[in-house]
Amino acid sequence: MKLQTATRLGLYAALELARDPGRTLSAADLAGRFDVSSHHLAKVLRTLSNAGLVRGGRGASGGYRFTGNRRRTTLMDIVALFEPAPGRRAREPGESTDIGGALRRVLGEIDEIAEATLRSISLETLLNASRPGSAAASS
Amino acid sequence: MLAIRPAEPADLPAITALDLKLTGEGKAVYWQTVLERYAGGPPERHFLVAETAKGQLAGFIAGEVRAFEFGQPAAGWVFAIEIDPKQRLKGVGSKLFEALLARFRAQGVTRVRTLVDRKDHLILSFFRAQGMVAGPSLQLDKDLS
Repeated sequence: MKLQTATRLGLYAALELARDPGRTLSAADLAGRFDVSSHHLAKVLRTLSNAGLVRGGRGASGGYRFTGNRRRTTLMDIVALFEPAPGRRAREPGESTDIGGALRRVLGEIDEIAEATLRSISLETLLNASRPGSAAASS
Repeated sequence: MLAIRPAEPADLPAITALDLKLTGEGKAVYWQTVLERYAGGPPERHFLVAETAKGQLAGFIAGEVRAFEFGQPAAGWVFAIEIDPKQRLKGVGSKLFEALLARFRAQGVTRVRTLVDRKDHLILSFFRAQGMVAGPSLQLDKDLS
C-alpha cells in the first residue's frame, strides 16, 4: 500500500507525540527524527492540530504535544486526514468498460481490507507493538 | 472481582440473553448446542464465562484446538467472544482471552486464530490490541443466489 508522504509524516508525528503525551517536541525536533524538512512537517502538524490531535506553538521552534485519545484514535483517523476516503476516489479513465469495472471491484476489495486494517489499529496498539521485545515488533 | 470458569449448562439463559442483547437475534437452540458440545466436552474444546462478584455473567469466550483445518497445522481457534456492554473497558475480554490462550498453550499449540467481520471495528480492534495480526489465509466468499 502506497501512502502519500504527508500521510506517512502525519502518522509518524502523531505516533511520536502520542508515545508520551506529556512531552513537547518542536517541528524541528520531529523533522530531525524523520529526516524531512521542518517546513513540510509544519504543514502536516497544522492538519493534525486542526483535527484536535495535537496542540502546538507557532513557528519551527514552537513545541507540539499530543492532545488526542491514543486508545480511541486509529491509524485510519490519521490517514483520512491526508488521503481521499476509500470508495470516494474519482473515476479513472477506462473504468466504465467491463474490464475496467471488474478491475475496479478488485481494487475496491483491496481498499476495504486496507481500511479495515487501519481502522482496527489504535495509536496505543501500534505503540505497544513497536516496543522492543513485543511479539508484533519482532515478527 | 471477576471469576473465570468453564461454562455450565445452567449458564445457558444468561449466555443466550447476552447474545440477544448484542446481536438482536434470539439463538437459544444454537447456544444450547454449542454448550452441549463444549461444556464438559472433549479437552480440546473450551467454553469459558466471566462472572462478576454478584454472580452475573460479564462475558464469555469459546474456542477449540483444531489440526489440519484449511491445510494448516494445529492452532487454537476463537469462535465467539461476547462482553456485556456494562462491563466493557474493565479488562473482561482480555482476561477471557488470556484464560483461553493458557488452555491452548497447555495443549501444546503455539498459534491462535479467529475470523472477524471486517466491518466490525470494535472486535477487530480488540483482537489487534491483544497482539493478533493478519494470518496466512484469506477468507473467500461466493454469492449463490
